[in-house]
Amino acid sequence: MSDLTTTLPADTRSADASLAKRLLRDPLGLVSLVFLVVVVLAAVLAPLLTQHDPTVAVLGDVLADPGDGHLLGGDSAGRDVFARLLYGSRFSLLGAALALGVAVVIGGLSGLVAGYFGRWFDTLSSGAAAVLMALPGMVVLLAARSVVGTSAWWAMAIFGILLSASVFRLVRQTVQSVRNELYVDAARVAGLSDLRIIFRHVLRVVRAPIIIQAGFIASVAIAIQAGLEFLGLGDMSIPTWGSMLNDGFARIYQQPLLILWPSLMIALVCLALTLVANSLRDALESTSSPRRAVAPTSPDGASGDATASATNHAADDAGTLLRVEGLRVGYAMPDGSTKEIVHGIDLEVRRGEVVGLIGESGSGKTQSAFAIMKLLPEGGGILGGRVLWKGHDLARLSERDMTRIRGKEIAYVPQEPMSNLDPSFTIGAQLVEPMRVHLGLSRAQARTRAVELLRRVGINQPERVFRAYPHEVSGGMAQRVLIAGAISCEPELLVADEPTTALDVTVQADILDLLRSLQDDFDMGILLVTHNFGVVADLCDRVAVMREGDIVERGSTRDIFVHHEHPYTTQLFDAILTPENTRQPYRAPDQPTTPHTEVSTS
Amino acid sequence: MTEPLLQIRDVVVEYPSKGFRTKPFRALKGVSLDIRPGECVGLVGESGSGKTTLGRAVLGLAPVTGGSIRFDGRELTAMSSRERRGMGSDIQVVFQDPYTSLNPSMTIGDILAEPLTARDVGRKAAQARVAELLEQVRLPTDSVRRLPREFSGGQRQRVAIARALALDPRLIICDEPVSALDLSTQARVLDLFVEIQERTGVAYLFVTHDLEVVRHVSHRVAVMYQGEIVERGETADVTSAPEHPYTQRLWMASPVPDPVAQERRRAERQRLLAVQAEQDQQAGAVA
Amino acid sequence: MVTFLARRLLTGIAMLLVISALAFILLYLTGTDIARSLLGDNASAEAVALRASQLGLNDPLLSRYADWLGGALHGDLGTSWFGGAPVVDVLGSRLGVTLSLVVISTLISAVVATVLGVWAAVRRGWVDRMVQFVSLGGAAVPNYLIALGLVTLFAINLGWFAPTGYTRPEDSIGKWAASITLPVLALTIGCIAGTAQQVRSAMIDALRQDYVRTLRSRGLSHRSVVYKHVLRNAAGPGLSVLALQFVGLLGGAVIIEQMFAVPGLGSLSVSSTIQGDIPVIMGVVMVVAVIVIAVNLLIDIAHGWLNPKARVS
Repeated sequence: MSDLTTTLPADTRSADASLAKRLLRDPLGLVSLVFLVVVVLAAVLAPLLTQHDPTVAVLGDVLADPGDGHLLGGDSAGRDVFARLLYGSRFSLLGAALALGVAVVIGGLSGLVAGYFGRWFDTLSSGAAAVLMALPGMVVLLAARSVVGTSAWWAMAIFGILLSASVFRLVRQTVQSVRNELYVDAARVAGLSDLRIIFRHVLRVVRAPIIIQAGFIASVAIAIQAGLEFLGLGDMSIPTWGSMLNDGFARIYQQPLLILWPSLMIALVCLALTLVANSLRDALESTSSPRRAVAPTSPDGASGDATASATNHAADDAGTLLRVEGLRVGYAMPDGSTKEIVHGIDLEVRRGEVVGLIGESGSGKTQSAFAIMKLLPEGGGILGGRVLWKGHDLARLSERDMTRIRGKEIAYVPQEPMSNLDPSFTIGAQLVEPMRVHLGLSRAQARTRAVELLRRVGINQPERVFRAYPHEVSGGMAQRVLIAGAISCEPELLVADEPTTALDVTVQADILDLLRSLQDDFDMGILLVTHNFGVVADLCDRVAVMREGDIVERGSTRDIFVHHEHPYTTQLFDAILTPENTRQPYRAPDQPTTPHTEVSTS
Repeated sequence: MTEPLLQIRDVVVEYPSKGFRTKPFRALKGVSLDIRPGECVGLVGESGSGKTTLGRAVLGLAPVTGGSIRFDGRELTAMSSRERRGMGSDIQVVFQDPYTSLNPSMTIGDILAEPLTARDVGRKAAQARVAELLEQVRLPTDSVRRLPREFSGGQRQRVAIARALALDPRLIICDEPVSALDLSTQARVLDLFVEIQERTGVAYLFVTHDLEVVRHVSHRVAVMYQGEIVERGETADVTSAPEHPYTQRLWMASPVPDPVAQERRRAERQRLLAVQAEQDQQAGAVA
Repeated sequence: MVTFLARRLLTGIAMLLVISALAFILLYLTGTDIARSLLGDNASAEAVALRASQLGLNDPLLSRYADWLGGALHGDLGTSWFGGAPVVDVLGSRLGVTLSLVVISTLISAVVATVLGVWAAVRRGWVDRMVQFVSLGGAAVPNYLIALGLVTLFAINLGWFAPTGYTRPEDSIGKWAASITLPVLALTIGCIAGTAQQVRSAMIDALRQDYVRTLRSRGLSHRSVVYKHVLRNAAGPGLSVLALQFVGLLGGAVIIEQMFAVPGLGSLSVSSTIQGDIPVIMGVVMVVAVIVIAVNLLIDIAHGWLNPKARVS
């Protein structure tokens, strides 16, 4: 996979544009957005939509039924319900906007400063946020009312301050994670001032979460504002949805429709705000997730000659543990199609043999390993081919039967030691569990065996490690623990996926030695997935070279290192750095300012 | 002998630890190192050895609590943050992870122009310079309008190199710049590093854990272990005949991509470990 | 663990002090003409002044706060301006009612939300979409509207429950249960919705962890991995959400109690707000703050128990 010849996709849209596009594609979000726009327009254009004054009471229209000059009837004082609903949305929306503005300005600014600069301001503002979040908003608003009176604006401003705590936390957390990004370091090294870094890098990232949070905040603000007025604690002289609720609740037996309209408005606006915020969030998550390149594929890459070579091996079945024939692996794409990433590979592992599966990132080597154990991530599946194991085709085996084979007959050693141990359980508990299931050991027997295993994989204080939690041991130790877990039920085949890649070189050598000695002891077959020719040279009897979902070359390790035929294999071997490439010694450059004594040949 | 461009003397870096009244973590315990103009010094070590910290200390991204770092005669550790920002045109960086070192929401053009605009280079001039940089790292010129996610790891690392070159620096800190790359990409990016150095005379502090990489790019090598430099010298000498026991262990541990040679090395490593264990035991008995 | 708890306890006490000082200063800062409104418009100016000095309204704010704080430490939160009953007694008779509402709602929500969230995360597909949609809606609609819907349906149209009123459990357990059914339901629906969403995403996060695959590779069934390991790791985030929801429920109880005429802290705070009974409002604020901080402390302890890393620090 040459990094120069890869063709670039044609479209060059910006991240924001695609976010908006995704939002528009979500029907629920789109409908909600349109609804909100309509409500805002109706509030602005209220005088044009009704000729009634929302505050004028007409005795004859008390509790009037809908129709008859009043579209939605009259309320308990004979005021036009439709007009009150329209004008009420002005106050409700403006109130929510005020709360939102206060929350975003206070929370956003303080979160930015606390997250970026930290220090005393961070401690202070985080404390303040904790205090604000410790109090239920409604209780504070009631207390505040005794101080500032019935003004809805004051109430919303105070509520904005309360909500600013949630904005603060969000912004602070986001900024902290951006601040530690390497690209911010790079900007710092480039000589950008803090202010410039904030404008160029930090605000860009903070913007989207704030917009999303704003939707939720506006929804809560509208709900609580109407709630206060519903309780009769607001300014009853202005028409609002809350005061309409209050009125309707009092007349619920006489005119139940009265309470329906404001309820409907509040509920729909809150729902719409939440749905818009939610679909924005979904859109944001789906744009940011594929940051790392997905495995490249060529759809017509399946090669016919690979199947032919498999039949050659079929003759000597005696020592064969695992035989993979024409294995194809694919993933379901969001648009319903399937993307094939392994195009029919053949592979064989014999008893007591170490087979290397080598390839670069995106070659499908790890996916093949997962497919053999039927542990493909969500959305992945075997599309075709057979995985023959002791006369069974694992590809067609039920999950229940597969559970009996995993761990007992085929075991797995992962790449990243730390993330592959459950942080909430002791190392011992994680070792004991499978042994009790597979070997039917008692708790005490399993414990003894687990300690023995830990000693066997070269851990000096097995009792201590048995009781330890994963975060209390080093990466190398964790990898030993994982190997102990893999061999605990004496499997016949070990699938090791880059078992040393995450480790330091000296630890890697130890782990390779350990794998070799275990393989001798248990006479296991090992399928070793790796990208490192050194590891292959160290451990493997045979090797298969994988590229973009196909095995392009295979053979005994000694043979392949001496002569390889496929151009890709050659390319890989040529890229290996060897001692012959050692750099020439330093020669001082010709610098007029600094006289140098060394002989210059340039 | 050429005057060193960068002079690191007894540098100590301490990170305050989380707990209350607990000792700060000492990542560097008095490290000294010189880099001459146009020279590549490889800094080898394992995770936690402090090799990345040393690079960050030179960049002003790690808290230096002792010692001195002089660049072209100017003391970096005593600089105000404004002066320090000005050093950006002399000292640059290429990070390990080409995925997180480029802002995912900025176009390649914006990323490359960033160091230029920080110095108020005009729009036209910046554009021309960006095109020049892309050519230097051999990326297509239409890359400017694209986002990082449209590029492979190797291509992104080329962008990062171009960004580092934007201000014609005299020193680039290369923090494991090829270890996240695939084998074939890695070799090409390394060649690009060497070629740029030979053409522009920029100096590198090349941090890596890979012996072969260091052999390929470095004139001299320093080996770090637990916050100290335990061995240093010409690349050919240190890589062929290491003296410090740790360096010996490190060299022996990295597998040779050749089954026959690796079998020999494995045996040698076992012997070395046995000998060293015996020596440790004797030393322990004496002490 | 002990130092961790001690630190949390100290933080909690400090927060209570800050809250009490802020609340006291803000509440008493405004010169409400309380003496006049207590004595009526006909009272003489001297009588009003005398009453004001009896209430301590003329003393400097800071010394009044010191007095209040001294009293509070001895379990005395002052006396109500209306009726003259000790604030502690007024609160005491109400606290149990609100706590029973909120605690019952929290427990029901925790159970139902966990079941829904886990179900959605494990089954995915249409189950997931349905749970997500319903919980979005449930969380978005204000609880008093839900309460209105419940009253209209179950009380007015079906007549299964009385629309308002409260029976004390001492009088009749059955009637008590009936009287709190609608309020609890109104509080619970929104809480379940909000919590289920978070439980779902915590579960999905935990399901994607590498160790899930590794545990399965050892031959543990998907079921046992999900219910033992994944659930355990998702419990931490779930608890945090529950703590937030608990605070929300205390706030939500204000309107719900008022609507259903339940004599709890919520309806007390509404009536004393309308009256301007500042000592009682101050008492409500403090009691609520103590409850919230205590609950957060409990959650912290639970976190420490769940998460081995927190235990060490």
